[in-house]
Amino acid sequence: MNDLTLIMPEASLLVLACAVLLVDAFVGRARPDATFWSAVLSCVVVLAQVASFVPEKTLFAFSGTLRVDVLGVVLKTFVVALVLLSFFYAREHFSKRPGERRGEYYPLALFATLGMMILVSASSLLTVYLGLELLSLSLYSLVAIQRDSLPASEAGMKYFILGALASGLLLYGMSILYGVAGTLDLPELLVKIDNLESSRLLLTFGLVFLVVGIGFKLGVVPFHMWVPDVYQGASTPVTQFIGTAPKVAAFGMAMRLLVDGLEGLAENWQQMLIILSVLSMGLGNLLAIAQRNFKRMLAYSTIAHMGFLLLGLISASSNGYAASMFYVTLYALMSMGAFGSIILLSSSQGDADQLSDLTGLARRSPWFAFILLILVFSMAGVPPFGGFWAKWSVLKEVVAADYVWLAGLAVVFSLIGAFYYLRVVKIMYFDAPEPGAAQVRSSADMGLILSANGLAVLVLGLVPNILMQVCLAAAIPYAP
Amino acid sequence: MLALADFLIVGAILFCLSVAGIFINRKNIIVLLMCVELMLLAVNLNFVAFSHFNQDISGQVFVFFILTVAAAESAIGLAILVVLFRNRSSINVDDISAMRG
Repeated sequence: MNDLTLIMPEASLLVLACAVLLVDAFVGRARPDATFWSAVLSCVVVLAQVASFVPEKTLFAFSGTLRVDVLGVVLKTFVVALVLLSFFYAREHFSKRPGERRGEYYPLALFATLGMMILVSASSLLTVYLGLELLSLSLYSLVAIQRDSLPASEAGMKYFILGALASGLLLYGMSILYGVAGTLDLPELLVKIDNLESSRLLLTFGLVFLVVGIGFKLGVVPFHMWVPDVYQGASTPVTQFIGTAPKVAAFGMAMRLLVDGLEGLAENWQQMLIILSVLSMGLGNLLAIAQRNFKRMLAYSTIAHMGFLLLGLISASSNGYAASMFYVTLYALMSMGAFGSIILLSSSQGDADQLSDLTGLARRSPWFAFILLILVFSMAGVPPFGGFWAKWSVLKEVVAADYVWLAGLAVVFSLIGAFYYLRVVKIMYFDAPEPGAAQVRSSADMGLILSANGLAVLVLGLVPNILMQVCLAAAIPYAP
Repeated sequence: MLALADFLIVGAILFCLSVAGIFINRKNIIVLLMCVELMLLAVNLNFVAFSHFNQDISGQVFVFFILTVAAAESAIGLAILVVLFRNRSSINVDDISAMRG
């Protein structure tokens, strides 16, 4: 098949993102909605293109630098769908704060999406790097897009420095692997590693740097320093964007590098991931308890969730990969809704990002309190919500891989985590609202989107098989 | 005649210097940006050395991409620095501490 046909979704996203930039430059000031609708249209077009072509076997494009396979198509579909959903939240935020509106938000988010799509379909170290940088550079500028806000520009600077450090480390690892194996091509690397028993030590040395790069992108301890500051400092739609689709893409990056390229070193990276995972689940859950800022609390909860996600990779089996993928997708959906609630509760004066802003929400707005209840219970892993099945499927694979102690530890950390999730519920349902607390005001479509988001998490909890089948199908090629 | 190991050692020294620079430096954000550039150049040296000694051209192609991306990266870094300086009137590393915990 023709190279250009294979990368049609990426190619059209590039053209459409440039078009959205032009639309914003020429009519964005007079009609802010034009930028939004053109961005939504771009996402819908790309989504249709991605989902319409599912290859039966892995296809390679551009001398094997890009690949089109089921895993890539499924991850790309999830990424674009999440981005599309986040645009509706962003629109609500900007309509509440006209002064904060920056039309560049949509084109930058689309370029980040392009980076994510390249990242998850990479088949060469070079493409992994290019996709990662396109994603990261767009995210750095998105964080600092609120240019008159001190926390946002500080968060942007921290993210930039640490991100550049992480990509430097990742590149150093890539250069070592390239030197030892003599190729940048991931499938070729997979074959060559088996014949390189003598250079095992050097390969592991390179692998360490690669794991650092992946760990940074996922935001796991000890590469988590940027997560709380960026989540708190960036404006809410940007935080929401960073906390959802890029996590799915980071999972794709881990799959491409560790499984597609370096499965021969699985016993080495399993050990490293176990350390990262245990540290993240422990530190993330413990530090989240101390937070009073809802966004910062969600940042530490992200760290804990990403540690949990790594558990599925540790099992190094196709079912484990499918479980991780299920986890990351559900997590993205839950955190989308949680940040969506902050956007919903925020007024034109300021962000409702303190836990105290949720006080007595059940009396001010019973329906949205219920939606947030679903999301928070799901994050804590309470059945019958989606998050329970995500945790269950990952733990099942960990036990199947004979790491029973690790599964036990994960359950203990989840119990610790349940404390701060339940505190949110207590604040919403059992604390009386302050006299004169504002009523929740939202536009009709925002209410609809947030309700659909919350109910989707509930529905996926009742019938988890819809999503699980897709994830299992994507992981079939990795079965022994 | 220089051996592959010589190039790798220079690369590793430059790399360590840049990482140390990022962690030790407490004065100036511009120095941090310089360290990031130095790190990418150390990687480039590795790639070119491996490419030459392995008789494989793809490493040199990678270097061109790294150089291009590094230029874009420093443009964005400096832009964020300008935004930060306008809000904070300082580029001292110790001053970026509005958020803690």
